[in-house]
Amino acid sequence: MSTTAITLSDTTARPVTLRFHEWVTTVDHKRLGILYVVYALIFLLVGGVEATIMRLQLVRPHNDFVSPQAFNRMFTMHGTTMIFFVAMPLVFGFANYLVPLMIGARDMAFPRLNAFSLWMTALGGLFLYFSFLGGDGLYGAGSAPDVGWFAYAPLTAKTFSVGHSTDFWTLSLLSSGIGSIGTAINLIATILCMRCPGMTLGKMPLLVWLNLVMAGLVILAVSPLSAAQIMLLIDRYLGGHFFDTQAGGSAVIWMHFFWIFGHPEVYVLVLPAFAFASEIIPVFSRKAIFGYPVMVLATIAIGFIGMSVWAHHMFTIGMSAGANTFFVLSTMAIAVPTGIKIFNWLATMWGGKLRLATPMLFCIAFLFQFLVAGLTGVTLAVAPLDWQLGNSYYVVAHFHYVIVGGILFTVFGAFYYWFPKASGKMLNEELGKLHFWLFLIGFHLTFDFMHVPGILGMPRRIYTYEPGRGWDIWNLIVSVGVLFQAAGILIFVFNLVWSYFRGKAAGKDPWNAWTLEWSTSSPPPVYNYATIPTVRSRRPLWDLKHPEDPDWRYE
Amino acid sequence: MLVLVTVAAIFVVVFGLLAYVVVRFRRRYHDPSEPPQIYGSTQVELAWTVIPVLVVVALFLASARVIASIQNARRPPGALEVIVTGHQYWWEYRYPDLKITTANELHVPLSDPAHPTPTFLTLLSADTDHSFWVPRLGGKTDLIPNHPNSMWIDPHEKGVFLGQCAQYCGTQHAKMLLRVYVDSRAEFDRWVRMQQQPPPGGASPLGQRVFESTACVNCHTVSGSRANGKFGPDLTHLMTRETIASGAAANTHEMLRLWIKNPDAIKPGSKMPAMGLSDPDLDAVTAYLETLR
Repeated sequence: MSTTAITLSDTTARPVTLRFHEWVTTVDHKRLGILYVVYALIFLLVGGVEATIMRLQLVRPHNDFVSPQAFNRMFTMHGTTMIFFVAMPLVFGFANYLVPLMIGARDMAFPRLNAFSLWMTALGGLFLYFSFLGGDGLYGAGSAPDVGWFAYAPLTAKTFSVGHSTDFWTLSLLSSGIGSIGTAINLIATILCMRCPGMTLGKMPLLVWLNLVMAGLVILAVSPLSAAQIMLLIDRYLGGHFFDTQAGGSAVIWMHFFWIFGHPEVYVLVLPAFAFASEIIPVFSRKAIFGYPVMVLATIAIGFIGMSVWAHHMFTIGMSAGANTFFVLSTMAIAVPTGIKIFNWLATMWGGKLRLATPMLFCIAFLFQFLVAGLTGVTLAVAPLDWQLGNSYYVVAHFHYVIVGGILFTVFGAFYYWFPKASGKMLNEELGKLHFWLFLIGFHLTFDFMHVPGILGMPRRIYTYEPGRGWDIWNLIVSVGVLFQAAGILIFVFNLVWSYFRGKAAGKDPWNAWTLEWSTSSPPPVYNYATIPTVRSRRPLWDLKHPEDPDWRYE
Repeated sequence: MLVLVTVAAIFVVVFGLLAYVVVRFRRRYHDPSEPPQIYGSTQVELAWTVIPVLVVVALFLASARVIASIQNARRPPGALEVIVTGHQYWWEYRYPDLKITTANELHVPLSDPAHPTPTFLTLLSADTDHSFWVPRLGGKTDLIPNHPNSMWIDPHEKGVFLGQCAQYCGTQHAKMLLRVYVDSRAEFDRWVRMQQQPPPGGASPLGQRVFESTACVNCHTVSGSRANGKFGPDLTHLMTRETIASGAAANTHEMLRLWIKNPDAIKPGSKMPAMGLSDPDLDAVTAYLETLR
């Protein structure tokens, strides 16, 4: 662990083409991780522009900023992009980068599969956006897909979706799904087989545990989605009738297929968010995580229960009272392990010495917002309330609270926390705070007030609305919030670029942290560790820094 | 209600804790020493596992009771039956017992709590998924092809209740609006009698001839005439409706004429084609439709 980094060759001296070739052909988990993250950031900007177009359209009733057709494409592309080409690559990018470092490994178990997965995901994004041209966009009336991100049958049947936009959507999800499953297999194999000496399952950092469960969920959830995409292709091209209701197919089967992916997917995204919080909160509270074994058990419980809640997306489709009751119970049950996690994070902070640097600020905001998101989730879990609120703007507000307020906030925290490790430079702290406050204000303006029109009866996915329903002012406020969010994001991107070139040098361990990745240089050498480390506790660097009072005495 | 109170209480408690922790344990000056390390506590963990479990059980039992009471409700003898069919982008209502077909504006009788006359809706779809939602009358239920659903409403207040399609169904999902008129028993009976009569014929023979010689009749029905299409809304009593285009426009002379001339001007992407009528034909057809009371 004391070995310093050996630079193999000076990377800046070689020609650009050669360096580009190195990045394209790389099988190094760190480079692949960075590629995932950069790819996700580009799509974050694209998806953000799509959201902005929607909010401009909805800023007042009977607005005609865009046509209904264009609006419908925007919400389809926004949802698909943000889930499959922003959130998933961010999750996989961070997992790829961090997991081998945190378990003291030199790379993932299957480096080539890793590269293959990245490029399959990249191909998926290409498919999706090629639809603007290839979905008969330049010639016919069509263009990008306009079936909504959950693409309910039979809207995707040939009858209702002419042209090829739906095909590009299908191929896009199929391709990125293969990438996701590949990465999931890789993560599981890496975590189970590549841990350094001394790191038993019970001594893995929580981040690794959470990513292990996440990877298991990916395999269980993405497989049915991929199967459904293949069935849809068969329907559209080979005369199948799985979802073709005009030929006796079932629209409800598609809903089941989609949501048995779609709900576990929420946990696929939120477990890594929990993972970031579980690393950042202890370091910035200067205390060990409270109740490690319970945190692990709660994670596994979320994984299991998370597979049995999908039909709460379908309370309005006319399921039997028995089925509705079951899914109310399972959905509420998941609040218990999630609540336990929130209490454990609070207990970790309790009695600590909180350092309110940017990563911690994002995590504290996450705790607050995830609390709200969880509680509005409980209200939606109550089927009779869902009959009112389901598919309204209340739901849109709820899941953006989860995905933006919960997941994206911790991802930002993770950027500020691990950017120094990946680049060797600190992100600028003043810009970071500015980013945090702008984004926080924008987030709350947009998503707090978005609950209200939903309660007042505004359904989602409408390109315009009638005046006089009491929705106008709320929509205006929601749209204004977007300005603040956009400003925050731009500052963040500027900060990334500026700090990469001009940032303060980070050194090995800028946060005085405790997990293995902080023991190697920043950025780490290709082989991560010259000597494979040996650990005795969950916080190997604490043991090093406090030989008089090491963790392994208590674990 | 129980749910909202519980949720609000949890919010206050946990948010209070979070705020307290952030304020109280903030590092106030540069202090290199580490705080005491605490690794966990079984009792505390048990407490915050068991209490949420109890809360969840209570909330679950409360919602299970409501679900059962709504979904297993019996149909009283005075109940009205309506078959609702969702179309891209309008609503068809059939009253099988009363032999009435109408569109977009649903009339139901006021229900007296002592002698309830709820309305039971059978929900069908002719094409894609839709969802019937009038927030102030009840929750939403989807209309799914090959998957008949049902719901009921029991309105205790007179008036017009606005709603709209709540499941994305295609380009004009946004303007698939719906209006429910809750009428007093006398008003409702009068409405039923009016709908059951054929419209007065012969008032606008020229317009009727143009109407019946164009493709209008392939999609629309006017009872007592040659028009018997089923794809679009029944126009027999068009003038008794306050709106056209599924609530997207008021039923005035100008809007009706514009709608016939170019539906996309009101509802771009609607399934009704512009027929390319000459101005005189347009006026004639509009005049004819205005006789359909």
